[in-house]
Amino acid sequence: MALEQADVQRAAHLARLGLNDGDAARYVDDLNRILAMVDQLQRVDTDDIAPLSHPLDATQRLRADEVTESDRRTQFQRCAPAVENGLYLVPRVVE
Amino acid sequence: MHDKTLSELAAGLASGEFTSHELTQHLLSRIDCLDGELNSFITVTPDTALKAAERADAARAAGQAGALTGLPLALKDIFCTQGVKTSAGSRMLDDFVSPYDATVVEKLADAGTVSLGKTNMDEFAMGSSNENSHYGPVKNPWDLTAVSGGSSGGSAAAVAAGLVPAAMGTDTGGSIRQPAAFCGITGLKPTYGRVSRYGMIAYASSLDQAGPLARTAEDCALLLNAIAGHDLRDSTSVARGVPDYTAELDAPLAGLKIGLPKEYFGEGLDPTVAATVHEAIEVFETLGASVREVSLPHTHYAIPAYYVIAPAEASSNLSRFDGVRFGHRCDDPKDLIDLYERTRAEGFGEEVKRRILIGTHTLSEGFFDAYYKKAQQVRRLIRQDFLDAFEQVDVLMGPASPTPAFDLGAKSDPVSMYLQDIYTIAVNLAGIPGISVPAGFVDGRPVGLQVLGTHFAEERLLNVAHRFQQATDWHLRRPAFAEENA
Repeated sequence: MALEQADVQRAAHLARLGLNDGDAARYVDDLNRILAMVDQLQRVDTDDIAPLSHPLDATQRLRADEVTESDRRTQFQRCAPAVENGLYLVPRVVE
Repeated sequence: MHDKTLSELAAGLASGEFTSHELTQHLLSRIDCLDGELNSFITVTPDTALKAAERADAARAAGQAGALTGLPLALKDIFCTQGVKTSAGSRMLDDFVSPYDATVVEKLADAGTVSLGKTNMDEFAMGSSNENSHYGPVKNPWDLTAVSGGSSGGSAAAVAAGLVPAAMGTDTGGSIRQPAAFCGITGLKPTYGRVSRYGMIAYASSLDQAGPLARTAEDCALLLNAIAGHDLRDSTSVARGVPDYTAELDAPLAGLKIGLPKEYFGEGLDPTVAATVHEAIEVFETLGASVREVSLPHTHYAIPAYYVIAPAEASSNLSRFDGVRFGHRCDDPKDLIDLYERTRAEGFGEEVKRRILIGTHTLSEGFFDAYYKKAQQVRRLIRQDFLDAFEQVDVLMGPASPTPAFDLGAKSDPVSMYLQDIYTIAVNLAGIPGISVPAGFVDGRPVGLQVLGTHFAEERLLNVAHRFQQATDWHLRRPAFAEENA
């Protein structure tokens, strides 16, 4: 399943990662070598083997639906590139 | 003072031989003199360190000192530290000052330790040489032309050079054990879930685990005592009691059953590293342990499985860096998509982009079963290999890395860099603990012996490593770089 430049551009778009054509051409080679290495997995017989997503097979713990955090909006917004009136600013989305 | 272990320094503080303030000042001046060459720190925090040292000295004077009170250390720059820049080695977070402390940071501060600053690392912990840092590579104190290893390269090099007696790192595929091996120190990756990941900038959430890098197994035990335990803020941390990890350090090793995975001594292993590791294993035989060969038949598939699972998790975790809430933002975005795409193109380095692209591709429609699901199935087989082996033996031993530290710039091809982690990566997939201890040298560069145990066998690993360090002196060797500049 070798990738072409269009596949790399598609992944870059899905990841919202700007790539120019020169970058994409370079990544095609790298990614194909990585995927060729990864393709060795196809040699393993995994019929009837359940996927393992957590090494200790733990399941998500639940807690009571209660407020436990204090409001620290001002402090958190100090790390933001652009805020106004307690809101995060982004380019206009709706005209 | 910079030559001592944590436990020796603790004794010196307790007896009044020196104060935490004096010790802190001494190490800060060493960092000032030596780290220009090594590049092991991204941020040094002298003011807060000296204040913390004064508080520790005051606590001691008031009779309130604990085991770690006043002991200096450093934190990998992946642990969020309130009021301190926390970059994860990335341009993306070059101006990020964390508004909160990671649980590990909070626990170490509560224990009275003194953080001297934040250590260099591969960007977002993606790398095995520390050459992927936005802040430049870290040099190996044993040979300044060699890499420090990665991704916790700054932590390992700082300890080896006598800039700090210990440092915290994280290990997703070997990032504590391999740099510890390359820099000739001791590094412990605990069981997945043993230490809280809260406030540790996430790379691959089902693999990431924090742990100590120090001069001795005993020091790693002291630090694990402080950082282990359940945390409500990390849903994957395990609700299980924390033993005193120093209690069993001296237990005799007579009757210990050691397994040598045959796959860890095969093709690709530097023969001089193999000989060094075999000599180390003979030491255990003189201590009464027995050795037998075992097999971990899916070892060959660990790197392929990892390079599906880790990038997939990374591509999801790193989607939070979007130029809106924190971190880098591009200039003059023309619309929201442009804001995201240029911010991320500018903020992330090459290796991070590569892994985001791989992860996004393998998770995308039509590829999920062939890659992600398949890798998770293989992950179960890899874990089962270890569980089967631990039915037969108490611990597994082998090299931490197939070669000693390689030269800076030697590995330009990503796949050849990935293959370096052949002996460490399966451990993270299985979630078991592992420790690397200094076991000798090849051409002046350190070699690490890796010891693996089953889930929550940290006490046993620390015991085995400690007894080895009672019988050998590899962990006492110091690089000329640290000595000449004493």
